[in-house]
Amino acid sequence: MQISMTVNGEDITREIEPRVLLVHFIRDVLRLTGTHWGCDTSNCGTCVVLMDGLPVKSCTVLAAMADGHAITTVEGLATGAKLDPVQQGFMEEHGLQCGFCTPGMMLTARALLDRNPHPDDGEIREAISGQMCRCTGYATIVRSVKWAAEHPAAQETTGEEVTA
Amino acid sequence: MQIPAPFDYARATTVNDALALLERHPDSRVVAGGHSLLPMMKLRLARPEWLIDINDLYELDFILREGDYLRVGAMTRHTTLLESPEIARLFPIITDAERVIADPIVRNRGTIGGSLCQADPAEDLSTCCVVLRAEAVIRGPGGERTVSMSEFHRGPYETAVAQNEILVEVRFPILPRSGSAYEKVERRVGDWAVVAAGAAVSLAEDGTIDDVAIGLTAAGIDRTITEAEAVLHGKKPTEGLFIEAGRIAAAASDPIADQRGPVDYKRHLADELTRRVLRHACARALEVRHTTTQEG
Ligand SMILES: Cc1cc2nc3c(=O)[nH]c(=O)nc-3n(C[C@H](O)[C@H](O)[C@H](O)COP(=O)(O)OP(=O)(O)OC[C@H]3O[C@@H](n4cnc5c(N)ncnc54)[C@H](O)[C@@H]3O)c2cc1C
Ligand code: FES
Ligand code: FES
Repeated sequence: MQISMTVNGEDITREIEPRVLLVHFIRDVLRLTGTHWGCDTSNCGTCVVLMDGLPVKSCTVLAAMADGHAITTVEGLATGAKLDPVQQGFMEEHGLQCGFCTPGMMLTARALLDRNPHPDDGEIREAISGQMCRCTGYATIVRSVKWAAEHPAAQETTGEEVTA
Repeated sequence: MQIPAPFDYARATTVNDALALLERHPDSRVVAGGHSLLPMMKLRLARPEWLIDINDLYELDFILREGDYLRVGAMTRHTTLLESPEIARLFPIITDAERVIADPIVRNRGTIGGSLCQADPAEDLSTCCVVLRAEAVIRGPGGERTVSMSEFHRGPYETAVAQNEILVEVRFPILPRSGSAYEKVERRVGDWAVVAAGAAVSLAEDGTIDDVAIGLTAAGIDRTITEAEAVLHGKKPTEGLFIEAGRIAAAASDPIADQRGPVDYKRHLADELTRRVLRHACARALEVRHTTTQEG
């Protein structure tokens, strides 16, 4: 079947089998491998993308169900050389170690800040409670999101840092 | 990698369109949030030939007060229920439950209709609907019918909704001087209940208990616990009665030992959680009673 959607602001149309999950569509068909894939059972949250601005676990959404919707992946966070404040926050406050959970964490943080620009620690912890991080112990992730809340204007960086 | 077996997919544009698609394809199933059905399809526990996607049926995404009822559309998401001030005011048991159903991201997708139709014995909203004496509105080729929750639940993973029908809405009766509460013990955030309890009470003008319903989740009993309710009827709420009701509820429960805990632990939870939700529901009913007296 044919599906069309907006991914990171770009209109795309592809032919797929109905049983293809959104996470595999994003990674294997669109080759956007920033979206990670872990537990496969909607528990770990590493596959989180935004669907019409809301975080969803893309291992438990069919690509066909995203037809007609707007998807944002981690690749869509930065604008050119300009990092999203959330990305900058994760750099400033060491919000990642291995980085496996990071794309999902950052997208959930973006969606949280869009709705609630000044979340307290409890609200941040609640927002990311469906996502696991096996490295940081979460404290630095909470600090990273706070940093982003305190610096809402995106930071200018060099192109090198964005791709690094 | 877990991928469902092949199937055909159609997206319904209206409830009637969905019903026509279900009728045309006998081995079809609707998908709402997909957060129970897709995991089952990945594991081949479900293998429909057709999936009818009802996510475009925005007509089923509503919370509406109509007279003495609150009507909730089947496609209302967990997040919408959690954030609804009307639900928090009228049926705080649902807000209590929604806080501990899965996690915020799953709640963005999962729906009340999907939860009730899945009829998992550990599912939280079923208990809420049972104790609130809700009714389910089911639409099929022959029109609409309304069933009570006890008619709706046919057993684990089984409901009164036939293959060619759709649950369209859940109706909650609004009672004066009422309060409700839910409490769940889970192993970690986002997990299913080890055991949970829910209670709803409404008080008579003199402050005695006019109506009360108690329900347990994941405790091997899907009806309200009438034996425990009987000790409370017509009496003023007291701690002694809550303790008695908790003891009876625990005795009526029939939990199984699994990775979430042994039977005696679950019985203990049934007892303790029943007391807590009764205490909480009665306190809330009294608050409502005071605010209405002040207003009037
Ligand atoms: C990680 C995780 C943790 C969870 N934790 C909890 C928890 O703690 N407590 C809890 O209660 N739930 C929990 N859930 C379940 C969650 O609440 C699901 O959202 C819910 O069970 C199913 O809702 P859905 O809309 O996703 O239904 P779907 O998966 O789309 O559908 C479920 C079933 O209902 C049928 N169906 C759906 N809508 C209708 C309708 N309108 N008419 C007729 N049939 C219909 C489908 O055909 C299917 O058989 C959890 C789920 C996950 C993934
Ligand atoms: S891969 Fe989707 S939640 Fe783990
Ligand atoms: S940084 Fe390694 S899992 Fe979070």
